[in-house]
This record gives sequence, C-alpha cells and structure tokens, in this order.
Amino acid sequence: MTNPSSRAEKLSSSVGSVVFDADVLVLGGGPAGTWAAISAAEHGARVVLADKGFCGTSGATAAAGTGVWYVDPLPERREAAMAGREKLGGHLQDRRWMARVLDRTYAQSNQLADWGYPYPVDEDGKPQRNSLQGPEYMRLMRKRTKQAGVTILDHSPALELLVDGSGVVAGATGLRRQKGDRWTVNAKAVVIATGGCAFLSKTLGSNVLTGDGYLLAAEAGAEFTSMEFSNAYAISPAFGSVTKTLFYSWASFTDEQGSVIPGASSKGGRSVIARALRKGAVYAQLDEADAETQRHMRVSQPNFFLPFDRTGIDPFTQRFPITLRLEGTVRGTGGLRILDDSCATTVPGLYAAGDAATRELICGGFTGGGSHNAAWAMSSGYWAGQGAAEFAFQLGATFGRQVFRRGAVGLRSRNGRPLQGGALAQSVQGEVFPYELNYFREAGRLGESLSRLDALWSDASVADAPDEQELLRAREAAAMLATARWMYRSALARQESRGMHRRDDYPEQDDRYRHYVTTGGLDEVWTSARPLPSLHYAEAAE
Amino acid sequence: MIEVIDTERCTACDICVNVCPTNVFDKTDGIPRIARQGDCQTCFLCELYCPEDALFVSPFADVPQGIDVAAVKEAALLGSYRRAVGWVDESRHLRAADRSYRLFGH
Repeated sequence: MTNPSSRAEKLSSSVGSVVFDADVLVLGGGPAGTWAAISAAEHGARVVLADKGFCGTSGATAAAGTGVWYVDPLPERREAAMAGREKLGGHLQDRRWMARVLDRTYAQSNQLADWGYPYPVDEDGKPQRNSLQGPEYMRLMRKRTKQAGVTILDHSPALELLVDGSGVVAGATGLRRQKGDRWTVNAKAVVIATGGCAFLSKTLGSNVLTGDGYLLAAEAGAEFTSMEFSNAYAISPAFGSVTKTLFYSWASFTDEQGSVIPGASSKGGRSVIARALRKGAVYAQLDEADAETQRHMRVSQPNFFLPFDRTGIDPFTQRFPITLRLEGTVRGTGGLRILDDSCATTVPGLYAAGDAATRELICGGFTGGGSHNAAWAMSSGYWAGQGAAEFAFQLGATFGRQVFRRGAVGLRSRNGRPLQGGALAQSVQGEVFPYELNYFREAGRLGESLSRLDALWSDASVADAPDEQELLRAREAAAMLATARWMYRSALARQESRGMHRRDDYPEQDDRYRHYVTTGGLDEVWTSARPLPSLHYAEAAE
Repeated sequence: MIEVIDTERCTACDICVNVCPTNVFDKTDGIPRIARQGDCQTCFLCELYCPEDALFVSPFADVPQGIDVAAVKEAALLGSYRRAVGWVDESRHLRAADRSYRLFGH
C-alpha cells in the first residue's frame, strides 16, 4: 500500500502541538522498540517511534552489558538450552515459543554482526555472540532505526492511547518535554515497548521504566499475566547503581564483624542476603576471582568498576557494603498478555514487545541475568513490528475515523486536588521495596499492603491533572501504583512458591497451580487462572 | 549522580541535554545546567557521549557528594569510562574485547 521508503507524515506543527500520521507507532526506544520499529518499516509500514528519554540511552540495556540467549542451531544444544531452565522457571514455559525465540534470536544476532556490531572473536577464531555491550548495541540500533526511515521522537513520553469507536487502537498522544508542547500520532497499530517497572529503584538504567505502557494499555482494556513473578532484586554496592549480579558469583558475603554469612550467594542464596540485610549491613568481596577472571571482568563490563575505581575500593581484595535493589517486572517475567505469534495483546491493534510483554512463554516464573530478556526483546520486537504492520495494512484507509482518548488517572479534572506524583511514587515504593512484603510474601502482609494500595488508587483516580511540568511524574506514579496492585493481587492468587514467587505461608511448589495467573483492571483489579498452552493443546487433542 | 560539568572543556554542544534518558540537564545560552540532579539515575551515559570529556558522574546514586572539578581532573577521571569502553581512537580495540563468554556458566 505504501512505498517502503516513505516516512510518517507530519500533518501539522502549530504552536502547542505536533501531529503525525503513521501506519505503526512504537512506544519505547530500547532494544524491543527499535527492533519493532525496524521490522515494521521493513514490512512496508510508515513508522514513528516515541521514547520517553533518548532512543539509544533509554532503558535497562543501554547502560549495561547483557547476555543473550544465543545458541547454535545444533539440536542437542538447543534441547539443552531449553531443558536447562524449565525447573528454575517452575515448568511454566512453552517449548514451541522457546524454540522460535532461539531461532529468531540467532537470526537477529547475526543481523547485528552484518550491521557491524563488534562481536568478539575467541582464541579459536570463532565469533562469540552471546553477549552485547549495551551502549554499543543501542547506539547501533538507533542508527539502524533512523536508516530504516523511522521518525524518532526523543524526550516524548506517551500519556494516553487513542482508540476508535469500536475499541481499535488508533494512536497515542504525549508530551515533548524539552519543547514544552504535545505530540499526537494517528496510527493504525501501536506497539508497546516501554519496558517493565522497576519502581524508580535506581537499579542500573531502569529509572525510565515505571510501567507507563502498562497503564495506557490497561486504560484501553489490555490484560496482564504472570505479574506475581515481579520480585527480582539485584546486588549492587550499597551506595551505587551498578547491578551486575553475575560477577558476585565470585564473591564472599560477610556481616559487620567480618564473619561469613552461611548460605549467602548470588545464585540460590540471594534470599539469605535479603534476610541478613534486614538485620544489618552486608559486605561483599570478589575474592574468588583469579587474575585472569579479573581481566575478563574488566574488559567485559567496564562500568562495573566505576563505583570502585572512583571511590578507591579494590573489590577483589577489599570488602564493600552491598544492597539489593528491586528490579520488579524488568527482570520479572510478567507483563502484557500475548495472544498469538504476532505478539498481539487482547486489545485490537495493540502489540507488545520486550519487557512490557510477558516473558512467561520462554522463562516461566524466573529469569536470571539478561540473556532471556535480551533474546525476547529481539524476537518479540521483530514479531510485534511485523504484526503491527500487517494489522495496519489489513485495516486499510482510516481517513476521517473518529478517535477517543483513553487516558484517565492524572489527566482529567475531578476533585480539585492535583495528583502529587512524587509523594505517590514514594508511597508505592514503601509497599514494593521492603523484602518482608515483596521478596518474602505472605497472605496477611500482602492483603494489608493491597488495602493501602487500593486506598491510594481511590485517591489518585479522583485527583485533578497536575501542572504540565508535573504531569509525567504523576502518570509514572499512577503506573507504578497500578503495577503494584496487579503484582500483589496475582501474588495472593498463587498460593504456592514457584519460580521467583515465594510465599512464606506456602513454601512448596503445588501442582494445582501449574497454570498462569491473568490479571487486569484499574478501579477493580481482578485475577483468573489460565491453562498452559501445552496442556491446552493436550486437552484439545483428547 | 552527575556532579560536574567542566566549564573549560565544555563546548556547549548540548549532546548531554539530548542523550540523558532522565532529562537531567537544561539548555542555556551557554553551557548546559544540571537542572534536576535528583532525577539522575547514575547510568554514566552522558559521560560516555560527551566528546570533550567534560562531565563527571559520581558513583554515589542516592546522595550528592559536592565533588570538586579540580580533584576529578587531578585523578584523571574525566573520560575514563569512555576510554575503558573503546569510544576514543586510542582504545577502539576495546569495543570488541568483551570476554563475557569466558565468564558465563561459572
């Protein structure tokens, strides 16, 4: 229908607003968003990508280094890669999705190599493609997004979705925060790639990830799943932001007096660290790394050493205080529910990719380092972009279509008291940061927390829109609040421990809960159980 | 948190204003201003993108340190992250130096 090289069209640019007409709008410019935008453009769509920050530095990947679930296409290696994670994830994964993500990640990674990503070559001359340096990767992705003809709007957070009279998503509108005006993109399909929600915990690169996309999708009626798998905490120096839990597998952990904390470990012993942190300071020292490992660490993750080099600490020979920072759904596996292979959500015209979407299909209830999430971002981004482009073409001409704004909380005038984003965000943090509420869950504590969160929502939902300068902060806080309520309502519904979800009152995995928990709703949050796809097919075949 | 803009090195190119994902800087008629230090997420990316090595991000994520630009210069910290990742000519080989494949599976 359109010339593949054609760009989204700027319709008007009057004072106070700018309007674009596009086939596909992508919200979020991290790995998933950029892959989605490129894919949509390659499938012939005119694409706009809007990022809250700067496409290229925004998101959890840009600031860090990440492993990638890149596995050579040898049947025994693929089998081992899939089987190796099923127990950790609580047997909630789907083999068909794991296989197609492995295939797609292999293709996308090799595409990156063709585009000039400087993958290392090992001692035998073989390229190694199971790790990416965030700044390098995302700088390249921005360049390729521009080269694909995508119009990038930086510092342009979305505030709300637009839908047509039959509920089909028709674009979005938001702020241009450095220009002090508004943008609107009329689009035939929208991809949500805004990442997960880390609740402003300052875990590396994650303060842009406040669940914004969840909120605007929920306002259009979208459903979520696996939101109980949302209590990942990462190790960082107590004073700093750099989380690289992998390197702490060479660490010893000690208390204030210097005594080793029994059972404390980055893998399989992080809960011991959380319990110890409730009593007092915990120290780490990477004393098990030999000289060669130390050299590999230095070149593999230079930013890991910034907090140490800049404070005069040698992390290999000196103890330093650590903490656990909440990564929420960024390293959880919950998110927007995916309906089919094109990453469509439950709202027509709305697609989801990356951490904004559920990763239950490949991770079940647990994801360790970034590797599966990075693979998911590439794969789901590719599929969501393609799916959105195809949806747009099938929709055809939408000239003169009437559209409606779907946003509510923090955007309308209600009771005369403006929504206080800063205070609300702190209140939500008070419910999701504490280890005794979120890491170690229990019905009584979850229930009390939910009562407080529900009361916060009742207040927020009738508040006035704040001033333009405070609007984004207010919407971010409302998104964090909505996310916390889906998390804890789902956590209450799963009366067992599985994956990263751990219940003090139900410490064992229970076969009766080998299903997914779907959730949604804003004023009234609901949950329901949903069978695994594999079991679903088995029943259908009987 | 971002602590220092070296007014001698800064050329007022405003790249930091653009690339900061949390919108910490404001443009001015001259060199940019650290307008919202509390919003800094300590990701070090402004430092990485600064072509003049004029920025310094303190590793302290929660508490401003009030760091002195002279001390940072004396310790040769300006630009140290850029050199470490290979984003300067002298160390471009470091862009492909990732040895994560030797560290995974420990």
